[in-house]
Amino acid sequence: MLSIENLHVSVGDREILKGLTLEIPAGEVHAIMGPNGSGKSTLSYVLSGREGYEITAGSVTYDGKDLLAMQPEERAAAGIFLAFQYPVEIPGVPNATFLRTAVNAVRRGRGEKDLDAIQFMRLVKDKSRKLGITDEMMKRAVNVGFSGGEKKRNEILQMAMLEPKLAILDETDSGLDIDALRVVADGVNMLRDPARSMLVITHYQRLLQYIVPDRVHVLAHGLIRRSGGPELAHELEQTGYAEFADGKAA
Amino acid sequence: MSTLVENQPAWLSRLREEGAARFGQTGLPTQRQEAWKYTGLNRLKAFGFEPAPAGAASGEVPAALVEGTQHRLVFVDGRLDAATIGTLPKGVILKGLADVLRNQPDIAEPLLGKLAKTGDRPMAALNAAWFEDGLVLIVPRGVTIEGPIEVTFISGDATAACHPRLIVSLGDHANALLIERHLGGAAGGFANQVAEIELGAGAQFRHYILHAEPSVSTAVETVSTRVGRDAAYRSFALTAGGGLVRREVEVALCETGAAAQIDGAYLVDGERHSDATILIDHQAQHCASRQTQKGVIDDDGRAVFQGKILVRPHAQKADGYQLSQTLLLSPQAEIDVKPELEIHADDVKCSHGATVGRLDADALFFLRARGIPEAEARGLLIQGFIGGALDEIDRPAVREAFGKTAADWLQRRSESRS
Ligand SMILES: Nc1ncnc2c1ncn2[C@@H]1O[C@H](COP(=O)(O)OP(=O)(O)OP(=O)(O)O)[C@@H](O)[C@H]1O
Ligand SMILES: [Mg+2]
Repeated sequence: MLSIENLHVSVGDREILKGLTLEIPAGEVHAIMGPNGSGKSTLSYVLSGREGYEITAGSVTYDGKDLLAMQPEERAAAGIFLAFQYPVEIPGVPNATFLRTAVNAVRRGRGEKDLDAIQFMRLVKDKSRKLGITDEMMKRAVNVGFSGGEKKRNEILQMAMLEPKLAILDETDSGLDIDALRVVADGVNMLRDPARSMLVITHYQRLLQYIVPDRVHVLAHGLIRRSGGPELAHELEQTGYAEFADGKAA
Repeated sequence: MSTLVENQPAWLSRLREEGAARFGQTGLPTQRQEAWKYTGLNRLKAFGFEPAPAGAASGEVPAALVEGTQHRLVFVDGRLDAATIGTLPKGVILKGLADVLRNQPDIAEPLLGKLAKTGDRPMAALNAAWFEDGLVLIVPRGVTIEGPIEVTFISGDATAACHPRLIVSLGDHANALLIERHLGGAAGGFANQVAEIELGAGAQFRHYILHAEPSVSTAVETVSTRVGRDAAYRSFALTAGGGLVRREVEVALCETGAAAQIDGAYLVDGERHSDATILIDHQAQHCASRQTQKGVIDDDGRAVFQGKILVRPHAQKADGYQLSQTLLLSPQAEIDVKPELEIHADDVKCSHGATVGRLDADALFFLRARGIPEAEARGLLIQGFIGGALDEIDRPAVREAFGKTAADWLQRRSESRS
């Protein structure tokens, strides 16, 4: 599904990803853990096509295509979804309007017909209820005045509506209380599917108890330093990232 | 000078002569004058100010802006062309000014020229010399007019000047809502309007102004408002059309507890120019004022917001607020904001703020990452910004109608770019 090879990414003259290689087969859930500032969000932004990053070497292949040559909206239509670490507020644009525009844009990109207002409402009602998102939140401007947890649930609602093939969750668990964490994790687990892959970025083993990954990777100093099964997350919780502090592979 | 009214009363002749004499001395304002620093009237150089002879409307009269509007007056080239007036409460006068001057001049005498001083206002002087028609709205004490009154201004086939005069007088605790809609016409033209608005104690007047003329039109408005004790003047102007639209609004908060809210939104593209010049004069204690101007400027468009809050020595407990927010969509787009606070009292609360920005790159990326193509994402962000500006309109039906005009502007803009 996704194949990242020797990816080097710089911002200005500073290299942030330094030859990262990662393979995510279809249907698998991979977790990335790593210290602050190690390049996790940078990776997620590069995968979804944000401007401002210079790719100096390496390649990213998604479904056999050169992902890096695609516009952000083309990637979304092709099934890439990033749940933002810091969801963006959009004043003046009602959440429902935004979501319907997005769903129909992605459908058009996939050669499907637009959903009309009634079809859309029916679909969103069911999914938003499961995530505890009220009608009132659908009428409000996107993320404006939402609490941290509400913003994260809103991201998961967008994911559920857009039905991506590769979902990247950047610290979706940060700032959530236990109940919200369970709601979000349930939302994610509902989407688990043999045809759907996930890249879950997190600092906490706690999330990985709910969303059990196939593989766990440690990203430090711009490289994957270690990979293992779910037990690696548990181990990191005990030991921290001290062993990666020198910037050399263990 | 206009001689529309034969054998016009002496007071009217005097008003006109004074106006003509003043304008004769000054001519058109120049950018050397502080109030006109950012707005030049060069485009009027070749204009004759004499109103064109009465002609036919260049287009059909559109449906009312707000569905179900009972009271409508349509002006062509500044002259009342058609009126449908529903049932009005007893004592209300809602008529064309020419009609009143011809048949009941005594009603107009105490109001005409009372608030619109011509001393340092060349455009008001020019209007005094030439006005022929306009609106008279007089609401007696304690009377509420239910539902909106709409006045529509369209221009005829000739490229002509007109000088409408609006007279509004609300008695104590009276209540009314006026929608002013400027649609112009394909021939262009110059509308030099003056409005005089007087609000008695506890009166409430809502005033919504829409400019949707084609770019060949020029509109200059001078609004003078006097707000009495605990009365409130609330206005919102959307400028979505017109090659040059200037609104100069002066509000005197004359008695304790008077309040004014002067808001506006502008959508400026091409080489269009929009100017809001506002003076709020706090003359008494416990008066409150609020000014917000929000707009989008594209291409070579230019907008001006000069907002002044003046607090006189005895106007303690004044509460003045001013906010300007602009979204610039092109490198050449320009906004000139000049906030001014002149405060002569010591117990006041006044603040102002201004932001000028471009489309938020993070928001744009967020929308695109959700599959929305770039042009559509930009449109959505602009629409969101405009929506925020229109939120100041507290009447949903009016907000919706203005929103439609804004949506049309956006639609035209995106079509002209694709
Ligand atoms: N646009 C930018 N300009 C300059 N430096 C940047 C930029 N984006 C990221 N960086 C730097 O790159 C490094 C990696 O940032 P990134 O956000 O990817 O870290 P992260 O692993 O997601 O951290 P966290 O766990 O705190 O979210 C940081 O040192 C950050 O300051
Ligand atoms: Mg991060």
